[in-house]
Amino acid sequence: MSGAADAPNLDPQADAYVGLGEWVPEVVGPGRVVPVVCAPEPVLSRPGAEVDPTAGETVRLAADLIATMRVSPGCVGLAAPQVGVGAQIFAVDVTGHPKTVTGHGVFVLCNARVVEATRWKMGREGCMSVPDLTGDVKRASRLVVEGALPGSGETVRLVTDGFEARALQHEIDHCAGLLFLDRVAGAHAIYQRKVYL
Amino acid sequence: MNELAITVIGRDRPGIVADVAEVLARLGANLTDSTMTRLRGHFAMTLICVGPTAVEVETALAPLSVDGQLLATVREVTPDGETAPAGEPFVMAVHGADRMGIVAAMTRVLAEAGGNVTDLSTRLAGTLYVVVAEVELPAATAATLSSRLAEVAAGLGVEVTLRPAEPDVL
Repeated sequence: MSGAADAPNLDPQADAYVGLGEWVPEVVGPGRVVPVVCAPEPVLSRPGAEVDPTAGETVRLAADLIATMRVSPGCVGLAAPQVGVGAQIFAVDVTGHPKTVTGHGVFVLCNARVVEATRWKMGREGCMSVPDLTGDVKRASRLVVEGALPGSGETVRLVTDGFEARALQHEIDHCAGLLFLDRVAGAHAIYQRKVYL
Repeated sequence: MNELAITVIGRDRPGIVADVAEVLARLGANLTDSTMTRLRGHFAMTLICVGPTAVEVETALAPLSVDGQLLATVREVTPDGETAPAGEPFVMAVHGADRMGIVAAMTRVLAEAGGNVTDLSTRLAGTLYVVVAEVELPAATAATLSSRLAEVAAGLGVEVTLRPAEPDVL
């Protein structure tokens, strides 16, 4: 199917595409590994506050999110509410994941919002903050997101797809106080998470 | 603490879930896992709750059954405790012309491979029969199982797919 509504400007060479530019995770400095909170912790269900991406505390939080994400096995994204901070900031890194198509490496976005979302697909999601359940959730597989980089505060536009698109939507939801449980496809679309040994 | 398995089956109408849940809440019974659907139009609910005795719950649910439209059963169960290590999650989907023995044959193939069905729905819609099963399989058995399922499905004249249901942890 094609048509104007389903054909966003996804060409990385196009003017509208910005990408991460010169930003590298090192600019936020080393972070601390902080505890991850689990539902029903109220902070996970409250919309996060907008942050000042250039503020020192935002940069420190960005560093903590990256550090905590890196030490958590299988973790491809972590949002501030998951470490108990009601703020619109998250880290993502889908590098090396078998389902990754487009990937932007390790990055942090502040005050991010979805600009365009198309090609919705169902997929089964789990979350570090809901460790015992998984659920079937429909997410856009082509996505345009805007947000500010911590440190410089520069606004960037990321165009992505597949697994990174799903991860971004999951993290943006966290910043809005939403869990995958809020978007689950139906009454019989939540499952006990299996524990592998 | 008593763990009770409760089933409620009968003619569907608005308010059955609320009625049952209210009875349990009044008794201080904590409703844990439950599932409810309509099977061929019949209301069908199965739930586990902890708290009161089976007799207390049976007595409290009895008024729901007086008009003969609903049947409620209550049975004490032993908590299972730790479950065995799980296999890898897959979804088996089967569809085709309805005939006797589709579920029996297909789930037998799963069982013979050591697969454990953890969720199952079957629907008959006109002459079309549909089976969807969540199944945990022992590691590295999916490929062999897939061909065996295809063989048995071909014999029954139905289609089968087996696909991984691995969640993405985000």
